This record gives sequence, C-alpha cells and structure tokens, in this order.
Amino acid sequence: MGETLLEVKNIVTEFRTADGQLPAVRDVSFSLNKGETLCIVGESGCGKSITSLSVIGLLPSNGKIASGEVLYEGEAINKYSPEQMRRIRGNKISMIFQEPMTALNPVLTIGFQLREPLMLHEKLSKNEATKKGIELLKKVGIPYPEKRMNQYPHELSGGMRQRVMIAIALSCNPGLLIADEPTTALDVTIQAQILDLINDLKNDYHMGVIMVTHDMGVVAEVADRVMVMYAGKKVEEGTVEEIFNSPKHPYTIGLLNSVPNVDDPDFELEAIPGSLPSLNDEIIGCRFQDRCKFASEKCRSQEPPEFNISSSHIASCWLEEEGELRWQS
Amino acid sequence: MIGMIIRRFFQLIFLLFGISFLVFSSMYLAPGDPASMIGGPTASESDIEAIRENLGLNEPFLTQYASYVGGLVQGDLGYSYQTRQSVSEAIAVRLPNTLKLAIASMIVAIIIGILAGLISALKHNSWLDVGSTTFALAGISIPNFWMGAVLILVFAVNLQWLPVGGMSSPWYTIEGMKELILPAITLGTGAAAMIARMTRSSMLEVIRADYVRTARAKGVKESSVIWIHTLKNAMIPVLTVIGVNFGSLLGGTIITEKVFAINGVGRLMIDAIAARDFPMVQGSVLLVATLFVLVNLIVDIVYTYVDPRIKYQ
Repeated sequence: MGETLLEVKNIVTEFRTADGQLPAVRDVSFSLNKGETLCIVGESGCGKSITSLSVIGLLPSNGKIASGEVLYEGEAINKYSPEQMRRIRGNKISMIFQEPMTALNPVLTIGFQLREPLMLHEKLSKNEATKKGIELLKKVGIPYPEKRMNQYPHELSGGMRQRVMIAIALSCNPGLLIADEPTTALDVTIQAQILDLINDLKNDYHMGVIMVTHDMGVVAEVADRVMVMYAGKKVEEGTVEEIFNSPKHPYTIGLLNSVPNVDDPDFELEAIPGSLPSLNDEIIGCRFQDRCKFASEKCRSQEPPEFNISSSHIASCWLEEEGELRWQS
Repeated sequence: MIGMIIRRFFQLIFLLFGISFLVFSSMYLAPGDPASMIGGPTASESDIEAIRENLGLNEPFLTQYASYVGGLVQGDLGYSYQTRQSVSEAIAVRLPNTLKLAIASMIVAIIIGILAGLISALKHNSWLDVGSTTFALAGISIPNFWMGAVLILVFAVNLQWLPVGGMSSPWYTIEGMKELILPAITLGTGAAAMIARMTRSSMLEVIRADYVRTARAKGVKESSVIWIHTLKNAMIPVLTVIGVNFGSLLGGTIITEKVFAINGVGRLMIDAIAARDFPMVQGSVLLVATLFVLVNLIVDIVYTYVDPRIKYQ
C-alpha cells in the first residue's frame, strides 16, 4: 500500500535524570505509508507517547534521541536544527493531544490560535487566514464558525475544543498527523465522532496517521496496522486483523483479554498481573518475563529477537521461534 | 463591569467608615494628650483644660467620633490641632510628592521584578537564575531605611551623582528625575523582589502547560511562544502581587519620605502621630486606604483584559 511516508529506524530515546541516563524508548523501528493509520498501543509509561514526541521533535528538555534515525519522506529529520524542525512542525507534521481542555491557550481567541500556523507556514495575511480558519472549522464540523473565531476556549465544550485542535493540526495540510490519545478525555459518544472525523480527514488529505492509545476499542475502529509496545520496546506489530485475530505475544493477548466483550456472556475480564518494570531496571532476557505465565528459562536469559510470523506480522517472543520457521517453510 | 465598579465604590465607603473608627479609637486609647502637646511644657493646668475644651476632647468618645464622621460626610477632614491648617489642604499640598514617589517606585518594581523573574525562569537553574533569586531574597530582607541610608551614602555623599534628598523640581525635568531615582529604588526594591519571585514561579508553571506544547507543535517561533503564549498567562498571578504590594509600598513611603526628607503624606503622617495631631493622622490614613482600594480596583479591571475567563456581573 502506497509509498513510505515515515520510517523510524532503531531509535533510542533517553532522559537525563537524577539517576543517570534512562532509556524510555529502546531500539524501536517502524514505518508508515501515506494514507495509512498506525496505532501505537500499550499501557501508561510504555514509551508510546515518547516515541511519538521523538518523531515530531517535541521531547521535554531533558530528553533526546540518543541513537537511530527518523526519516520523513527520506529525510533524516532527527538531524535537523531546532529552526528547521520548527518549520516542519504544524506544517508537514502535526500533532493533537490528549487533553483538549488544557491544550488550547485560555487567553487567546480560537481565531488567533487557528490563524497562527496559517500565517507562519503558509504566509497568509490575517484576512486570508481568517477565511481559511472559518473553512477549517466548518470542515471539522463546528457550527457557527464565524462566531467561534472570536470566542475563547472556555466558551467551548471538550468535544468542540478537540475539533478546534484538529482544525489547527490540519490547517497546513500535513503529511503526517500524530494523535496522542485524542479521545481519552472525551465522552464515549463524542469519542466516536472524533475518530470518524480523523478517519474522514485522513482519507481527504491522504495523510499518514499515528494514533497513540491504550484503548483497544479505538484501535479496532481506526487502525490499519498496530504496534504494541511494552516497557520501551516494540513487542508485536501487525495488521489490525492479525493483531485481533491471532495475537502472538502474551502481552498483546493480555491486552485484548482485558477489554470487556459484551457479546459473550461468559467472558471473564482478565487483568495482566504485576506492573511495568521501572525504566532503570536492568533486565536480562525478555522485559515481560515477570508478568508472563509462559516465561521459560530462555526468556530469563536471552532477549527475544523479532520473529516474522508473516510478511506483515512481527512478534518478539521466544514462543514464536517456531512460528517464524513455519512461515519461512 | 460598570456595576462592579459602582459596587466597589459603595464598599469603599463602608470600608472607610470602618477604618476611620479603628484609627479614631486607637488614637483615643493611645497614651499622650494632644492638649498638653499643643500647650507645651510651660502651659498651666487651666490652659491645657481650656485647649481640651476648645478641641472638644472632653466630650464622650462616641460624641467625638460622631462629630468627626459628621464632618467627614461633608468632605471636611477637620483642622490640624497643631497648625490649625485644614487637613485636606495639608494633604493636598503633599499628595503629589507621595504619588510621584509611589508611582516611580512601582514602575521600578514592575520593570526590575518582571525582568528578573523572566530571566530567572527562562534560564532556569543557571547562574543568572541563582543571581536573580539571590537578589530577590536580598530585596525582601533588606529594610527600607537601611537601604535608603546606604544609597544616600554611596551615590549622594561619596559619588555625588544624585541629590541627598528633597523633592522640589517637577518630575519631568532632569533634576526632578534625579531626585526620584534613589527614593524610588529604595522603596521599589521590596516589591520588585516579590514580583520577581512570583513571575519566576508563574512562568515556570505556565511554560510546562499543555497549551505551550501545542504552540510548539504548531511550529510557533520560540520568541512568540514566550511573549504571546506564556507571558500573558503567567502575568495573571503577578498582577495580584502588584496590587497587594502597592499597599505595603504606600506604607513604605512613611519611612522613605523621612529618610530622603521628602515633603509628602507619609512624613506628614509620622509627624502628626508624634504630635498626637489626631485629625491629621485620620486624614492621611483614610487617604492611603482609599488609594489602596482604588489601585486594587484598577488591578481587578486589568484582570478582565488579561484573562477572558474573568467576568464581573
């Protein structure tokens, strides 16, 4: 499907802390095609948000990409200067965040915040930017867009604010949209609307979308491909069908089992026991071993490499060693 | 908004009654007899009694207070026991000097305070930050009178760059400005320090806010991130500090005017207290209270321009 938009190769993102350099993302690689949606899934603290912030170059001041490459349309953007990166942000790569209630500036009008990227990147005049802004608000389904331009964020509901955020993110027709849990803070009914909106706009603009989420329901709704992360590492990657129909990594299976199934009255909700290891835990072998009921001696001594289960399906689990052999034969 | 302003004025009236009562009763209870101060050490007992009768000091407390308030509602602040001069006139003559001093100090405080706080926050944990926080701590800790004396010693006596004291030239002349520099620094440093600390902590909080990250994600230039997206939000708590500090600054004029021999309301007040000149003390305290309330009203009005979420019904 399509040409490659983004390629992330073996990135390691580290944070400088009082305990020394802590890697939050460990040697993660993935790629994204134009017009494709990749969901990055995992529990809180697994490094999924940091992975996406590494791509757009918005890491907190104590974080940096220690090694690896981020290629956008073939260009290594992780080598760009802050000024070059600034020109890309909001223009070619946009991001929307989890909390629409706090992600908009409370003392600036919607119009101001919407005009800003248009005037910066597209060099529009204030009047042109206002016109384009009204169009964008219409496009994301906001009623009375002319009136909204002069309103402040506190005068809008959470769903409306997230629509405004989407309008801002899409204002300069970006090639890549990163959405970090865009629906987590919203009502369920609004969630579906926002997801539909992102999906429709993705098709209109032929964008690549990286959706960061912990909600398997969202994944099923929007994903083309899914990447599962655990403790800073990619543990499984595949198409949405592969991940839902034949998950391989015990962690992915655990994630799927912890989503309630309303169709099956006998379904027992199953939590994954234990919790994420701390960032500075030096773990020999598989990082999931302590919470895995299938863990063997091998898992405790050797880190599992990536095994190909099909051309699109990868899992880092020793259980899949044979799976790869099967696929290759 | 207009309704809020009108309501505030009504509140001010009640507040002034309360303050006048407090000041009146504390002066009444304070040791020292104005009549004997006026009569002087040579006056006979009957002379003093006559003065007392003349000033109405023999009346019961409430009668005295009632007659004072009676004058007050007619805009009459009474006459000085000492000079028989009208209190309003005495204040009116000195008010411009005090206002000049207070406004100049506030300008010094706001400029130094906000700049120091900004530098501190933007260069967080650098030596600039350490320097500016140390300055803030020193500014809060150093008493006015000492600072004034040291500044006079260094810049007026030794270097002879600036006048020792007094305030006689208009503020817009070079001479007038020179006269203002040392007193304004003396009085403004404390407030500058408070403003610097508040600006620093408020900036540090806002710069981590989600909407600042959004601004960066939009590709906004770093300078606009600071000046447009951060500063306006960070100024909201700083405004409060400015308003509150204006009050202590007005109190500080008493000492500063004394140190720099400025003929202002503060000095008038302290001399009046020493002479048990009750009407003069009353009048100046009421004036200072009114100024304080007015400044805070202005701060409240400015809020609505800085923060659209604040609306007054």
